[in-house]
Amino acid sequence: MADEKLSAEKPKIGAYICKGCGLGERLEGAQLTMIAERDAKAHLVREHDFLCSEEGVKMIQDDIDNEGVNRVAICACSRRAKTEAFRFEGVAMSRANLREGVIWVRPDTDEARETTEEMAADYVRMAVWEVKFMTPPKGNEEAACQRDILVVGGGVSGLTAALEAARAGYPVTLVEKSGQLGGKAGQAWKAVPDRAPYRDPVDTGVADLIQACEADDNITIHLNARLTRTAGAPGRFEADISVESGTTVTARFGAIVQASGYEDFDANKLPGLGYGKNPDVVTQQELEALARAADGGPIKRPSDGKIVSSVAFIQCAGQRSNKEGLLSYCSGHCCATSIKQAMYFKDQNPDIDTNILYRDLRTPGSGGEDFYRSGQEKGVTFTKACVDGVEATGDGLKVRFEDLILDQETEEQVDLVVLAVGQVPNAGVNIDAVPLEDEAEDETEQGAEAKPKEVFVPVESILNLDYRQGPDLPQLVDGFTDSHFICFPYETRRTGIYATGPVRRPMDIISAREDATGAALKAIQAVANAAAGRAAHPRSGDLSFPHFRKEGCTQCKRCTVECPFGAINEEDGYPQFNESRCRRCGTCMGACPVRVISFENYSVDTVGQQLKNIDIPDEFDEKPRILVLACENDAYPALDMAGMNHIEYSAFARIIPVRCLGSVNLIWITDAMNSGYDGVILMGCQKGENYQCHFVRGSEMAHQRMSKVDDTLQSLSLEPERVATYEVAITDIERAPQLINEMAETIERIGMSPFKF
Amino acid sequence: MAKKEYSFYPGCSSQKGASASNLQVSVDAMCDALDIQLNEIPDWNCCSASIGYGEGGELPRIALSARNLALSEQHNPGQDLVATCAACWLATREASERLSGSDQLMAETNQALAAAGLNLEPAKPQRVRHMVEVLIEDFGFEALGEKVQKPLEGIKIASYIGCQTNRPFGIDGESFENPVYLDKLVDTLGGDAIPDYEKKVQCCGGALMFSEPEKSQELVKGILEAAHDNGADMIVTPCPLCQMNTEVYQDQINATHGTSFNMPVVYYSQLMSVAYGKSASEAGLDGQIIKAKKLEDIAGK
Amino acid sequence: MSDMSNAVVEKYHNDFLKEVEAHVEEGEWVKMCMQCGVCAGSCPLGPHWAHPPQEIFMMIRAGKREEVLSSDAMWMCTSCYNCIVRCPRGLPITHIMHGLAHYAHRLGLAPEKQPTRVFAKLFWDNITKTGRANELKMGLSLYFKDGFGNGIKEAMKNKALGQAMMKTKRLNPMEILGGHGVKDKSGLHAMLAKAREIEDAKLEQGK
Repeated sequence: MADEKLSAEKPKIGAYICKGCGLGERLEGAQLTMIAERDAKAHLVREHDFLCSEEGVKMIQDDIDNEGVNRVAICACSRRAKTEAFRFEGVAMSRANLREGVIWVRPDTDEARETTEEMAADYVRMAVWEVKFMTPPKGNEEAACQRDILVVGGGVSGLTAALEAARAGYPVTLVEKSGQLGGKAGQAWKAVPDRAPYRDPVDTGVADLIQACEADDNITIHLNARLTRTAGAPGRFEADISVESGTTVTARFGAIVQASGYEDFDANKLPGLGYGKNPDVVTQQELEALARAADGGPIKRPSDGKIVSSVAFIQCAGQRSNKEGLLSYCSGHCCATSIKQAMYFKDQNPDIDTNILYRDLRTPGSGGEDFYRSGQEKGVTFTKACVDGVEATGDGLKVRFEDLILDQETEEQVDLVVLAVGQVPNAGVNIDAVPLEDEAEDETEQGAEAKPKEVFVPVESILNLDYRQGPDLPQLVDGFTDSHFICFPYETRRTGIYATGPVRRPMDIISAREDATGAALKAIQAVANAAAGRAAHPRSGDLSFPHFRKEGCTQCKRCTVECPFGAINEEDGYPQFNESRCRRCGTCMGACPVRVISFENYSVDTVGQQLKNIDIPDEFDEKPRILVLACENDAYPALDMAGMNHIEYSAFARIIPVRCLGSVNLIWITDAMNSGYDGVILMGCQKGENYQCHFVRGSEMAHQRMSKVDDTLQSLSLEPERVATYEVAITDIERAPQLINEMAETIERIGMSPFKF
Repeated sequence: MAKKEYSFYPGCSSQKGASASNLQVSVDAMCDALDIQLNEIPDWNCCSASIGYGEGGELPRIALSARNLALSEQHNPGQDLVATCAACWLATREASERLSGSDQLMAETNQALAAAGLNLEPAKPQRVRHMVEVLIEDFGFEALGEKVQKPLEGIKIASYIGCQTNRPFGIDGESFENPVYLDKLVDTLGGDAIPDYEKKVQCCGGALMFSEPEKSQELVKGILEAAHDNGADMIVTPCPLCQMNTEVYQDQINATHGTSFNMPVVYYSQLMSVAYGKSASEAGLDGQIIKAKKLEDIAGK
Repeated sequence: MSDMSNAVVEKYHNDFLKEVEAHVEEGEWVKMCMQCGVCAGSCPLGPHWAHPPQEIFMMIRAGKREEVLSSDAMWMCTSCYNCIVRCPRGLPITHIMHGLAHYAHRLGLAPEKQPTRVFAKLFWDNITKTGRANELKMGLSLYFKDGFGNGIKEAMKNKALGQAMMKTKRLNPMEILGGHGVKDKSGLHAMLAKAREIEDAKLEQGK
């Protein structure tokens, strides 16, 4: 049953049956027309030889304009094809996939004709019933249009983002917790070169960057300031900016760029390397200070001011290690940084001995290799080594190491040792590790005395988000804030808040500048999307958003907890949707046990009606029906491509694309079983640590929910094999059809469902 | 086609009574058929080959090649300098390139040359070419094919190029790992090439055949074995040292490794001479220690 | 030059590298090696080396002067140039190996009886005497390098080979009387003497 509000406008359905691309030859057009009219009750049905042609499209547009058609069912090719042609304003539209989904996956033989026709007929029924329960999305009526962009952090990333956004015409407010701009890079003597010939260290450019920001009228800077509260959603964020002196200003923003940077890994945790015990063992950051003090002259060692005549750099100090408490990852910049720092010595005096002790020399970036060569040309020694320790000797330090090329234990006597420690993201509170307030309270009540409370060091929040799911951005891996480094960089799991610079992944100045420019563009895009009331990535442009029927809501909180993007807050116990935070995945819809959440163009009904209105043949016809709910991002395109490659699969399958497996409501499975389907397949994306789910946790959640479906099947006395959930990649062009065929074989083995009426 | 003239550097092994004298015999026959005139550099000296480095330093070695370059410039002006020996070509070309790349080296070399009453003109270096380059670039496979009178039908030939004809300079347009020009030449002459012969650029040990015979002979064994396994009737090579190393030690290799190799190894110029209708002795086939019978048969037809 | 044969170097400091750069042919390339090991995998005599080129280069950087110069590794070079064409960094490895061998030989640090070292000296003396190689004399002097008794043994071992070469006119017994050579021997010798003199002066200077 559709929501009263959704069907306010009287639906008038036009169904259009295409006969192009071989559809006319393979399928009985008149039969499909009759089904659309009689079975599915479309108000108007037309056939066309070439529906996506200018003429065909005009025919549909004419019906919309003159016949009052406001629901359009296109019975032609996949919803992924001809999207430019089939684009009609102000109407709801569904697609029956007769080409990729029927004639291209079935053999053109006399024996196959009957089942192929049945397949096509069902897809026509499904398209008409689907669109019958859709309404044209109107967009977010609460669309807000605050254009200001908030940048958190005043290092290279933050300054760059601020400047780029300002230059694109967006007012920027920059909040920096310390008393000066420039961050870590601002304290460096020189930088790794960012352009050809990549030979010598260059000016960091930070002073220029600061000056440009300070001079820009579009940029407001708050030093010694923090965010004490951030609320709202894209287009209407509200932030309290508290300055150390005690004043707090509240301002509104369209989007936020978080460039909170990194801290050096604590070298005191590397006892064998002598840091903290010997002043002549320094970190790379500390060497920058020594170089600044030398100001182009000879660099002196901290202990006694002696001019350094030999220096060893220890790469990967506390990095790329599987030891507890050390960093597992490579920070990316440190090899080039050590080369640069060795040049500080060599350029000043070529007779100084500089030795870089590396495990694997990694100089990513376009100029990395050239810079490495330049270091070699200048006489920097590179030794592939495993460092055992650093000890003080009479006059200086002894570095003990295993030379991995010469395969022997050896040592070098030096004046100074530089440790390349890694970057630790300054990401604020790890909301997945720290229990939420109310949950923590529950625990205290239950077992306060049973076990002592775990001690954890409080981390200061960066954003202090007023979000149901916690005060900071969710972290992806090793504390870095992102949602997927490769597929969706910058995209955190909070729409409208973009992480950039070393808080997102380890990086150097060159990468940070590029990264921050990208983040600024993302922020601008978020502002524009919020203003137009449409979705951001990955359903960019989608105007629909979730509604809920308050009367039916039981305040179970599942939607607010399970939303992968923290879009839903709570208000008096009820969910409070923040439309412009929403990515339109429908995970809330899948979560809702009482099915009160729906979208205008995607709901429990739009799918439920499709699966209920197909023709289920009699048990003795031996024509089983398999329902396939396929994720529209990977599995459905894989099946389309199977069609393009003419890979056949069972004619008994009926495939319905879903936005995300996370949107699959268990009622669909129950309904399918009750309607007499013989099998159900769910195809979602890879879940877990290396997830490929476009909505981060949708696939994960679906798998969790489906693990409980066995009970339902048992209560219906059905075999558990009848329902299967798979992870399917977009490249599984052969596997996806195979999974369908396997289910067909399973049904042949265990027999037809007894629920056919 | 007009007669082509080149300044010619035969090298020590090509002299009468030397280890590659049969190379020179066949080169003469081949050049006769192709109407090539080779003007030998008067009073040329040894290039010091690939082993001269031990005692001779950089400058003495360069000076040896510079002397040949200077004599060639003086007596055969305007002609490309052509060598048939891989080591001669490599040493001379390398010296020429190093000299034009360094004013200091040129100056020092001229100081040394002056002691022999010679001088090198830095402004116009001669091109130093291998005979194979002359054949491919100045004639081309099509033109080379037109001269064929007796196609080498039914002979399966493994093309063994070796090292120094192939590296570090090599023949223009050919890869270091799998050069194909000798295979093309075999095809052009009507023989059966073995394009997949896997040891075509494997080292034969070079000069170390004299100082490290066991190690070098083991390398040669691999070269022969692969030719044998590919069904080759004979091996063809452009290099005098390769020819000697792969041909004359077969008895010793057989004795050491219990093999029974009896694989003829000939020069490309011998194949060409026979295909161009020259007699077996004109093609230098009497210089083979292991007789190339199939080639002799065609020459005798 | 005698004091250069026992210079003191500090581990992993640049002393020996600088010496190599100054006195070894193409020595300034040594620092550019990136330790990929392609040369080691490309060498036909790879299995017989104590140290492949990449290792020799690392030893130079590590200041292992004695070990490098007394090594027989460089003498294993067959001059096949495979390492040169494959080196991703474009190092002229073959030439560096020749240069190191020559430098060690001149300093008198190369292994005394290293066969290739012995042969290289014989070869040079042979070709510079008349200006052209005398293959017969070269063969004979090689056989007799380890004394008369051994020489006869070696000669007998290669008797069949020599006879076959003579039969095919590829070895001329008359060469024992002098054989081929350039006409201007004195000019050639003066040229070589001059070249050697220039090189020696540079070595003295760079000390």
